[in-house]
Amino acid sequence: MALLTDDQKMLQETAASFLAEEGSIAKQLRHWRSINCKDGFGHGLWRQFAELGLTGICIPESHGGLGLGATEAALVLEEIGRNLTPSPFLGTAVVAARAIEGTEHADRWFPGVLSGETVLALALEEGPRHAPERVAMEAKRQGNGFVLNGAKQFVVQGASADMLVTAARTSGSAGETNGITLFAVPRDASGLETENLALVDSSKAARLNFTNVQVDADAVIGKVDGGWQPLKRALAAGNAGAAAELVGVAAGTTALTLEYLRQRKQFGKFIGEFQALQHRAAHLYSEIEIARAAALKAAELIDSKSEQADLYVSVAKAKAADVANLAVREGVQMHGGIGMTDEHDVGLYMKREAVLGELFGDLYFHREQVARLSGY
Amino acid sequence: MTTDLDAFRAETRSWLEENCPTEMRQPIRSEADVCWGGRNWTFKSEAQRQWLEAMAGRGWTVPDWPAEYGGGGLSAPEALVLKEEMQRIGARAPLTSFGISMLGPALLKFGTEEQKRHYLPQIARGEIRWCQGYSEPGAGSDLAGLQTKAEDQGDHWLINGQKVWTSYADKADWIFCLVRTSTESKQGGISFLLFDMASPGVSTKPILLISGSSPFCETFFDDVKVPKEQIVGQVNKGWDVAKYLLGHEREMISGMGLGMGGSLGAATRPADPLLRAEIAAFDVDALAFAAMSERFAAMWKAGEAHPASPSMMKYAGTELNKRRNELAMAAGGSDALEWDSERSKGGTTPRSWLRSKGNSIEGGTSEIQLNIVAKHILRLPGA
Repeated sequence: MALLTDDQKMLQETAASFLAEEGSIAKQLRHWRSINCKDGFGHGLWRQFAELGLTGICIPESHGGLGLGATEAALVLEEIGRNLTPSPFLGTAVVAARAIEGTEHADRWFPGVLSGETVLALALEEGPRHAPERVAMEAKRQGNGFVLNGAKQFVVQGASADMLVTAARTSGSAGETNGITLFAVPRDASGLETENLALVDSSKAARLNFTNVQVDADAVIGKVDGGWQPLKRALAAGNAGAAAELVGVAAGTTALTLEYLRQRKQFGKFIGEFQALQHRAAHLYSEIEIARAAALKAAELIDSKSEQADLYVSVAKAKAADVANLAVREGVQMHGGIGMTDEHDVGLYMKREAVLGELFGDLYFHREQVARLSGY
Repeated sequence: MTTDLDAFRAETRSWLEENCPTEMRQPIRSEADVCWGGRNWTFKSEAQRQWLEAMAGRGWTVPDWPAEYGGGGLSAPEALVLKEEMQRIGARAPLTSFGISMLGPALLKFGTEEQKRHYLPQIARGEIRWCQGYSEPGAGSDLAGLQTKAEDQGDHWLINGQKVWTSYADKADWIFCLVRTSTESKQGGISFLLFDMASPGVSTKPILLISGSSPFCETFFDDVKVPKEQIVGQVNKGWDVAKYLLGHEREMISGMGLGMGGSLGAATRPADPLLRAEIAAFDVDALAFAAMSERFAAMWKAGEAHPASPSMMKYAGTELNKRRNELAMAAGGSDALEWDSERSKGGTTPRSWLRSKGNSIEGGTSEIQLNIVAKHILRLPGA
């Protein structure tokens, strides 16, 4: 595995200082939570992302973006995870951007993403557990376009999005990868009902009901019946990104935990002096390092278009979710009573891990992928 | 630079094509396929001999050591190219030895010019097989508590004491050995000596392990005379050499975490859904650790890794290998209980399982590694 280049290290430093300063828990997550913001994030911060060029990380240079890859996105996402910064970065600048790249929808939506005015979302899930090939939502041809009927859930920032990348079925049946088509559906489309919901981590996701929603033929992203390819590409980018964000969540929580072990005294000693806690902390450190290596490896393989990319994307997501879960459990436990209070940040990490762990498939889903891709 | 490296790759590829015997491109199936070298080495085949001679001739048994000490003098990127090209054709390591993985790096850092010129080329050519005299019956995890005594007799050291867990002491030609030269300070009274295992007064006794093999020995020193110049580093400063060498040992052992490599699920095809799920969880961890190994190697070479990070790698790699063996036993069912049948290839699975238990003990236990991480990386109080 290659080490980070000087340019990548510079990007990492830029993202780290920007997010620690502007994207901090106090300035962003706690603020938007306290006023029960309908978006769960700040548009001002999203425009600051844009000013730094970060919204265009995955957008080709020909469209005015930075034309970088999954590795650079991962570097930013680890910092987002560390600071629990709520933003449309993963859903819009990574997942949706990957879904529409190379299509005419890129011309329509990339300028707004680049300027930080536009938010995009992926409307995929139809049940409580990730099962992308089980898309059943109906898209029937009618005249020059299609009519969509069905329901979606866990549409992250769905109520804030200007456009929904919507997976529907134009042929075949649930469980088949052929016959899925992606549509670019404007959120104000007639017949689209949006229920904006707060999740456990104070982020927002929508349940959407499509009742005879009419779209033109040019709403199709890519090819009719050929949505699986762009969807897979978007999900790979999303999972590699979520893995990196989970590494940040794990590292952020653990930084708090280690600080607590160094300053909390009981029995006349710092609790970090107790070997029972030292060994658990050292194990956690080791696991986080491994998860970070897996996340960077997955990103590197996506960027080099390796055949191994799918395998490592699932390895990275499963490992990072597993490790971040350990980090937040240990975090709350080692903080003792204060870790149970809303006032302390460690619980916020626990909540974020739950959502990111589920997003685009939990660790059980991805272990299954690893088993299948390994031939058993 | 890139074009130079491309030319080096092309040249390396064709040289390997010409010089690596077909037999040496087969995967290593067992310990018997490994070439350790040494004064008493019997080559397992003509191909094994040819392969060692060809590689040693170019200094490629130790590609990144300086050429004047018998190494290949390759830059880090060139050494990586050689490694990749060897992997491409499945070439075996021509030589495996504690001289290469442990003593050599310590001599390069702490040895005198004369010592480097004398010992390193012998290691590179596989002429001397080394063993490591560290642990003692009373000094395991608390290694610095070692008692083997070296008395200054003017023109030589006089060694008395006992070592234990000396890997392959019965097969080794020379030993690098920690001895006590002062009782005034625990860590500051240790020196690092090199001597011939054929010296009068050295005896070894193999230890039969639960796995049925005897890779380790008890080693006894009874008035062994060692020439004064065979000390590495200064008198009473051997602990620095020992610690540096342990870093390399841990780096080497952590590599064993990959076991025989490949997906455990693909190798065992477990029908039981709960076992399959556990094996899939293991495979995720093994692949993630493989990514970590690659990243660690790159960072270590570039000087970007924390000096204590081999402890983390050793801990994670050995715990993983133990888990792999536990799951292989479960997947094997009663087949994996057969100890010496032909069907079981002489009980490969249970013997490997039992042997793996030592991984997290030798070279510093998992608990010691966690102590080191807690102290030197996490800087926890009182650690």
